[in-house]
Amino acid sequence: MTGSARSLALWAGVSVLAAADPGAAAGPPPGATAGAPPGAVSCAGCHAPAAVGGPVPDLTGRPAVEIVAAMQAFRGGTRPATVMDRIAKGFSDEETRAIADWLSAPGGGEARRAGP
Amino acid sequence: MPGRRAVLRGLGAAGAVMALGAPAVLAQAPPRVVVVGGGFAGATCARAVKRADPTVAVTLVERSPRYTACPMSNAVIAGLRDMGAQEFGYDGVAAEGVELLRGAAVAVDPQARRVRLEDGTALPYDRLVLAPGIDLRFDALPGYDEAAAERMPHAWKAGPQSLLLRRQLEAMEDGGVVVMAVPANPYRCPPGPYERASLIAHYLKTHKPRSKLVILDAKDAFSKQRLFEAAWQELYPGLIEWVSLSFGGRVTEVDAASKTLVTEFGQHRADVATVIPPQRAGAIAAAAGVADRSGWCPIDPVTFESTLQPGIHVLGDAAIAGAMPKSAFAANGQAKVCAAAVVTLLRGETPPAPKLVNTCYSLVAPGYGISVAGVYHPKDGLLREVEGAGGTSPPNAPPETRALEARYAEAWFHTITSDVFGGAGR
Repeated sequence: MTGSARSLALWAGVSVLAAADPGAAAGPPPGATAGAPPGAVSCAGCHAPAAVGGPVPDLTGRPAVEIVAAMQAFRGGTRPATVMDRIAKGFSDEETRAIADWLSAPGGGEARRAGP
Repeated sequence: MPGRRAVLRGLGAAGAVMALGAPAVLAQAPPRVVVVGGGFAGATCARAVKRADPTVAVTLVERSPRYTACPMSNAVIAGLRDMGAQEFGYDGVAAEGVELLRGAAVAVDPQARRVRLEDGTALPYDRLVLAPGIDLRFDALPGYDEAAAERMPHAWKAGPQSLLLRRQLEAMEDGGVVVMAVPANPYRCPPGPYERASLIAHYLKTHKPRSKLVILDAKDAFSKQRLFEAAWQELYPGLIEWVSLSFGGRVTEVDAASKTLVTEFGQHRADVATVIPPQRAGAIAAAAGVADRSGWCPIDPVTFESTLQPGIHVLGDAAIAGAMPKSAFAANGQAKVCAAAVVTLLRGETPPAPKLVNTCYSLVAPGYGISVAGVYHPKDGLLREVEGAGGTSPPNAPPETRALEARYAEAWFHTITSDVFGGAGR
């Protein structure tokens, strides 16, 4: 399944299982930023890996559909927010999906799995 | 290597990790990236280049063994935080395979692609990243030089200056006058002076309630102004006086001996004065020929490569990043975008257009935080704000929101410093 086909499945909301299929991901090596879609590397500025902890949720490894839905709700003002409503409005559906796919891919995001 | 990505794609994620070392075997010599400056931008970039391509030899040149972070340092000044919480080491950066070089870069030969250090060491590079932060301009405000800063601290580089200002506030008698001088744009951390004013006001209200704070400003408007002013009204009524440019706020001269600040309209005698002078990119930027007449560094908004010198990238506070403010959050994001671009350029490929985010929290009191956010993209050769996104916290938010943002401010600092310096860095 190609990246665009995965996105299409997400968009249609018909194939949650397919979206989470790790074998389909052509993701970057763990912690790499070179393959990150536009905007994705900024998430880690606030969203720490679980090991670091804190009140802001870790996004790495979360299902892409969940991240997309949250961003859409932030953008539409239907989910309470402090700052994510303002940030979500800066990303299109397509960009949001690409970021969500990257974060949810195994070894994706900037998970500190390879680092100290 | 146009075929490499296609090959990686075919291998899948697990294969990609193993295949990553292969180009080093094929290449004659590993590409060399030198990063100058170990702050939020430089330390992030050095790690991110190494992560994106472990075959690249990355050297980080930094003069200090430890980094003292500016964000949250206004809380140190106000006695709400220990300086130790601001300090970070480079063990986490080194553990990632970055070579650390203690020293100061003093010259760059862009043609020969070499950086020269103070001790004479010459470092060859394929790509150079300059992240020197700011230099305070001790030639810009008559009377304000390094000696004057020992009487009227700038505290705009966190460290001994922050503690000096804190001690002066602690030594001041109740009923004293604190005067702040704030420069025109651009400067490091646009809302920083007003956060400082807020937290000093908190200290005065708590410990020396008959005292006053005067802000002499070279501007008529400032970051998060509506939120700051509303909070001052609510929390510190009658304590803070903000004098704008139009009302004679611009400081034209200081006399350190008498702690006097001279403006176009008159003179202010201070018991404690903090003078934030005009700034420019760190000295290596001018030495490398990447700073323009403004003292800051114009860059390409996709790669952060200097528009004045090919092969040299400029990040963080030193760069002219269009609508992006000079903040630690911005520096961290820019560094990751630049690292990916550097690795892509080393492969002879073209980096894609990035999108960047900024989020800046300010504390106006313990448990009372406000924020400004923005999303940015390259447009017409500059980083511009994405329209319809970003902005400040709402003006009419309930106390719970302010408390939550104060908590997020703390969390952000912990997260970003872990991201930049790594867990082993503390």
